[in-house]
Amino acid sequence: MLNFALRRLMLAIPTLLFISLVIFLLLEASPGDPLGDVPLTVPPEVKERMREALGLGQAWYIRYALWLKQFFWVEPLYWFDRAFGTDFSAGMQRIISFQSRSPVFDVIAQRLPQTLTVVGLSYLLGVMIAVPIGIVSAYRQYSWFDQIGTFVSMVGFSLPTFFTGVVLIIVFGIKLQWFPSIYDTTLRVTDWDSFLAQVRQMVMPVTVLALYNAAQISRFMRASMLDNLRQDYVRTARAKGLSERVVVLKHVLRNSLIPVVTVIALGLPAVFGGAIITEQVFKVNGLGQLLILAINANDIPMVMTLTFIFAALIVVFTLVADLLYGVLDPRIRYD
Amino acid sequence: MTDPKLVEEAAAPAAVPGAEALPPDAPVEGAPMRSQGRDVWRQFRSHRGAMLALVIFAAIVLFVSLGPVLWRIDPTFVDYRARNQGFTLAHPFGTDQLGRDLLARMMAGGQVSIAVGLVAMAIALSLGSLVGVLSGYFRRLDAPLMRLTELFLALPLLPLLLLMVTLFREPLGKALGPAGGTFLLIVCAIGATSWMQTARIVRGDVLGLKEREFILAAKSIGTPAPRMILRHVLPNVVSPIMVAATLGIATAIITESALSFLGLGFPPDFPTWGRLLFDAVDQMQMYPWRVILPGAFISLTVLSVNYIGDGLRDAMDPRIRGR
Repeated sequence: MLNFALRRLMLAIPTLLFISLVIFLLLEASPGDPLGDVPLTVPPEVKERMREALGLGQAWYIRYALWLKQFFWVEPLYWFDRAFGTDFSAGMQRIISFQSRSPVFDVIAQRLPQTLTVVGLSYLLGVMIAVPIGIVSAYRQYSWFDQIGTFVSMVGFSLPTFFTGVVLIIVFGIKLQWFPSIYDTTLRVTDWDSFLAQVRQMVMPVTVLALYNAAQISRFMRASMLDNLRQDYVRTARAKGLSERVVVLKHVLRNSLIPVVTVIALGLPAVFGGAIITEQVFKVNGLGQLLILAINANDIPMVMTLTFIFAALIVVFTLVADLLYGVLDPRIRYD
Repeated sequence: MTDPKLVEEAAAPAAVPGAEALPPDAPVEGAPMRSQGRDVWRQFRSHRGAMLALVIFAAIVLFVSLGPVLWRIDPTFVDYRARNQGFTLAHPFGTDQLGRDLLARMMAGGQVSIAVGLVAMAIALSLGSLVGVLSGYFRRLDAPLMRLTELFLALPLLPLLLLMVTLFREPLGKALGPAGGTFLLIVCAIGATSWMQTARIVRGDVLGLKEREFILAAKSIGTPAPRMILRHVLPNVVSPIMVAATLGIATAIITESALSFLGLGFPPDFPTWGRLLFDAVDQMQMYPWRVILPGAFISLTVLSVNYIGDGLRDAMDPRIRGR
């Protein structure tokens, strides 16, 4: 097991390097110019010096190596320094955003809490809704509950989040005026009232994302439960007189959760990507919105770092899913 | 269905244990022709949701393809005096802030959205089947191609799509015209980022097929690899490919409208459903219907396509056929 984990980790490193190279080359091949917004009255030699100042003068492989060094060496050192008060990273250049001229990771650290609260909560809620629905749907297959549940999950899976979000805004934000349609990130939770305001503004984005996630996960849960309910060990468990409750909630549920847990782990990074749209709908200034702003402004270091973080999340969670599968299912052997 | 021969046919194999799976020795006279397509169709018809979805999808396709023939208002025609109208006889879906007829725009937008879905799906499917068949059939290609698939699966797709579209929209637009360039770009970008699932499914099926006797038989009479793949392997993996195809259309339509919704899709004067929704979001307080109509069309199309895919999967899986 440890051996397998180490081997997979070793494999993840070239994967990540390759992905970073792909993203970098894609950005490199782009015809967009980070100085495109500079007024035409700026003389060419000044523009050239600005280009040098942004570090755009060198060949691409030097800049790529520099980015790698900054991402994997300077940034960890910096955060280490911040945590322990040392100064290993003194005098080292961190990744700087073209747009704001501040370190990319500081901006990301500002944006991360919004994304995590909204996206994380919605994923948690989605899972908590999906698992019971999947269990009941499978146990009472073809009952009215199953029919409705399957239909609703199909609908939730098919409706794009930008549409459900906008419809929720029209109904609850504009017509009924129950919830604010724009997420206010300057809100600080200090007392009961501000906490209520925070909850109210989170209701709609969380509902949209939770519905979407619940729809997908409940489909998996139902299929997995159905597979397991037909197994011989279920008949054995019933034959030896276990109560139905124990059979379903202990024997079947535990076995059906194995694939579902991996699906949940695999889905987590995709949620960060999918949240890009929801964040745009509700004007949550999280990571997704940051990425879109950076893309529009040709802010190469920011785009590169953010996209790479998304990729790293995917690689890490794929690894986690693989390992979880082995931990949960002792029949799987990695040799 | 009271044909005595049919009853005989149904009753006869039951007498011989273990012979249920065998076909009758000679085709029964007067019995309906049986083929895989017919079986699948019969099973598909019994899936009520899928049949309803097929009807709805056909209706939507008819609406967007034949609609403009009957409804002859140009979707880009600006009639400034008739702007912001509600539902009237002259404009059943109303008009937008420039007085363009929304029914005509909905039809034109649907054409683009569905075309994007179909073409992107076709690209993803051909790529996926190619990679899947190659890596399943040729052992030497298996490891590198599967590593490639895993690499692509690890890419953050939506950010990359956003990136590709923003970066290459202008140069391609200059080369091929704004609409054509964007179409090509979006279709290729979606196709190039969504072939991996198909490749994995097809590879798995091909690996299983390779162990079967008929492949061995074909090999022993010296069938060359290309004909082997085209005649024996591909026809047997058609069903998973078709299921993947329907689901692929749905995701491609959603991805295109998501790109349009983020303002990174087609140019503004070029309607697609996603673009219409995006344009209407600013005025949703005053005219909520303009948001809901294109959104409803997207959702209905995707929902019906997903249901068709579900029905197809049920119909094509011989394990659950006839249950």
